[in-house]
Amino acid sequence: MSVGAGECHMCLAIPGKVVELVSGGQTSALVEVCGVRRRVELGLLEDDSPQPGDWVLIHVGFAMSKISEAHALEQLRMLALLGESEAAFEEARGYGLGAEAPADDGHQ
Amino acid sequence: MRFVDEFREPGLIRKTADEVRRLADPARHYRLMEVCGGHTHAIYRFGLKDLLPANIELIHGPGCPVCVLPMGRIDDGLAIAGRGDVIFAAFGDMMRVPGTTGSPLEHKARGMDVRIVYSPLDALKLAQAHPDKHVLFFAIGFETTAPSTALTMMRARAQGTTNFSVFCNHVTIVPAIRAILDSPDMRLDGFIGPGHVSTVIGCRPYEWIARNEAKPIVVSGFEPLDILQSIVMLLRQLQNHEARVENQYARVIPWEGNRAALKAMAEVFELRPYFEWRGMGFISQSALRIRDTYAQWDAEQRFPVPGIRVTDPKAAQCGEVLKGVLKPAQCRLFGRECTPEHPVGALMVSSEGSCAAYYNYEHRKSLAMAGEDASA
Repeated sequence: MSVGAGECHMCLAIPGKVVELVSGGQTSALVEVCGVRRRVELGLLEDDSPQPGDWVLIHVGFAMSKISEAHALEQLRMLALLGESEAAFEEARGYGLGAEAPADDGHQ
Repeated sequence: MRFVDEFREPGLIRKTADEVRRLADPARHYRLMEVCGGHTHAIYRFGLKDLLPANIELIHGPGCPVCVLPMGRIDDGLAIAGRGDVIFAAFGDMMRVPGTTGSPLEHKARGMDVRIVYSPLDALKLAQAHPDKHVLFFAIGFETTAPSTALTMMRARAQGTTNFSVFCNHVTIVPAIRAILDSPDMRLDGFIGPGHVSTVIGCRPYEWIARNEAKPIVVSGFEPLDILQSIVMLLRQLQNHEARVENQYARVIPWEGNRAALKAMAEVFELRPYFEWRGMGFISQSALRIRDTYAQWDAEQRFPVPGIRVTDPKAAQCGEVLKGVLKPAQCRLFGRECTPEHPVGALMVSSEGSCAAYYNYEHRKSLAMAGEDASA
């Protein structure tokens, strides 16, 4: 079921796995989300910074919570059953204006 | 087909549904409000109503940030962008929401530079990539999204990006709940509390509901088991004449909320004295505006904003549906003039709008069944 193209569901929280922290003072990381690697901001989790291998819940390109792998897999299954996998894929792919994130681009 | 069977521990879901039936007093009619549009969507999608006894009624709350935005604010945003050399950037959910002169997508078809972004940071990136243009980011969302807008504006300032501004339509959830409780039309027994907003604000802001209004509120996850467990917890409280805040979604939601997110919001935003909500009138201290320290990135301070109040089409009953006074199908335009293909109001456009959810899960089913009957 799809209500329309180009949707972003305001309540969408997408699980992603931290691959690598971005160096250079910016609080962001390369995260594997919906099959692509994107830069995700970690600034909201500065009190308990995620490390490579941790799973996070992502909302509009920002990590909002750290979650267990078990919960991440449940959340992915639930997105599929809610019919929101497509929207999640589209959103994740759209982060960074759709460009594959380099591991460390230094200035941003 | 039961979606619930595809979840982990379907037996546990059935057991929990049985517990709901066991706890529900047959002499009572329970009215429980799920505040958040994401829960409304899940309830319809998972067919949870079929698992509940008839004396438990789920009322949809106003937790859809697109739906509660008055049409005039969309017009205002488009008016700023219509000045030329402005890129209008917004989340996909905004693109088909009607203003009086059309939706953003329709304006795009008429030549406005309209872009979908999936993060406010990407709107900032657009500004940095197009120094000859101004990027207007149309910011919407509850407290879930506001911290991300705040961090983006802090970065704009740190990086000295001046061709970027935010048209801020962030709203706060607690005043909306308060307004519903103050409304004479509503009698509610308890609340299924919002999931993702609470990752930011925590559970403490809901304590006044329990204390002052003597209503239980259970902050809930989004899986069928989560929602059913939350209903069990609400029924137990009601049975014991309790009114407390409980956190069913403790695996994600910290009771105290997210300190860094709250700090970012406080740095950039302050509360507006009042803000108009579609169908609910003006609610005091219910929305965020950008502080003067960030005036340079505040579209309302940089550009003249028409600020014309636009009432909904007379026939549309968006307000009553938003407050839960009417069910979507009871709106006189539902399924006739107003459908997802040609929406009159935002509740039919937004993925979290109760009208869209009802239409796509229930209405299409009954249309299909009627079609089968007709051809039989």
